[in-house]
Amino acid sequence: MSKRHWEDFKPGTVAFYGPRLVTREEIVAFAAEFDPQPMHLDEAAGAATLLGGLAASGWHSCCILMRIIADGFINDSNSLGAPGVDEVRWLKPLRPGTRVRVRTTILETRASNSRPEIGFVKCLFELLDEQDTVLITLTSPLMIRRREAGARP
Amino acid sequence: MRYFEDIVVGERTAVGRHTFTADEIKGFATRFDPQPFHVDEAAAERSHFGRLAASGWHSAVVWMRLMVAERRRQAEAARGRGEPVAAMGPALGLRDLKWLKPIYVDDSVTYESEVIETRVSESRPDLGLLTVRSTGVNQRGELVISFISTTFVERRPVNK
Repeated sequence: MSKRHWEDFKPGTVAFYGPRLVTREEIVAFAAEFDPQPMHLDEAAGAATLLGGLAASGWHSCCILMRIIADGFINDSNSLGAPGVDEVRWLKPLRPGTRVRVRTTILETRASNSRPEIGFVKCLFELLDEQDTVLITLTSPLMIRRREAGARP
Repeated sequence: MRYFEDIVVGERTAVGRHTFTADEIKGFATRFDPQPFHVDEAAAERSHFGRLAASGWHSAVVWMRLMVAERRRQAEAARGRGEPVAAMGPALGLRDLKWLKPIYVDDSVTYESEVIETRVSESRPDLGLLTVRSTGVNQRGELVISFISTTFVERRPVNK
């Protein structure tokens, strides 16, 4: 199957990717490596904070989301990465044993003015738990190669 | 770490410096961002990057690791002086995260954070909100990453 191009992404489209079980072991391992604050390493330390118990580093939740969408559709697209992330909101703690998935909403597509071979696909990504509670939201413009450089969509 | 009331807009923290090795770039991306140009040299050479480039998330989490270490040093120094150490975190979110230039193998990135806003939390008046702009600059002086993040900080207890 050929990989998706920018023209294949339509505003308003909603898709779900995952699920994936997040274990205590990986939460603690990520925190030990990249964000060794006690609230991400230890139940009692987490309970003493606003998190109210052991919870994943916010960066870990972003990385889990990234992995799910890479496997879910980015690696099946002509992706050139992303220039950045408009906003991340860490709304609820990500707890050990949560089965997460990602709801992806295409907000907007636009051709690049400076680079006729690419277009931007602005996405809202929401990391959901089993009850579809939104744990984090992340908004980012992906850069995707166009099928026909410079052609009108 | 000082209390929220002691933090002044404009103050800067030298967060630290990190060199990104090929093994580390591929190891991180294999786990969290397995796009071909982050995990495979040959695929990266065929891509718009031209050679292996670190995941943008990798460059962000390295800031976090260095920042936690820096805060720990500051807290230990404060305890050594007999000063209290205010609690920090969790963070609420971030915005305007920009990956401005690729980070290639053996690039060294120097991170700095600057306080750009302090305000009392409306939902939790016992806590302050600290907003910081963080940047990373490579060994050629080019800005490679920039973002703004907001985190809770403990306020000075009223009776002290």
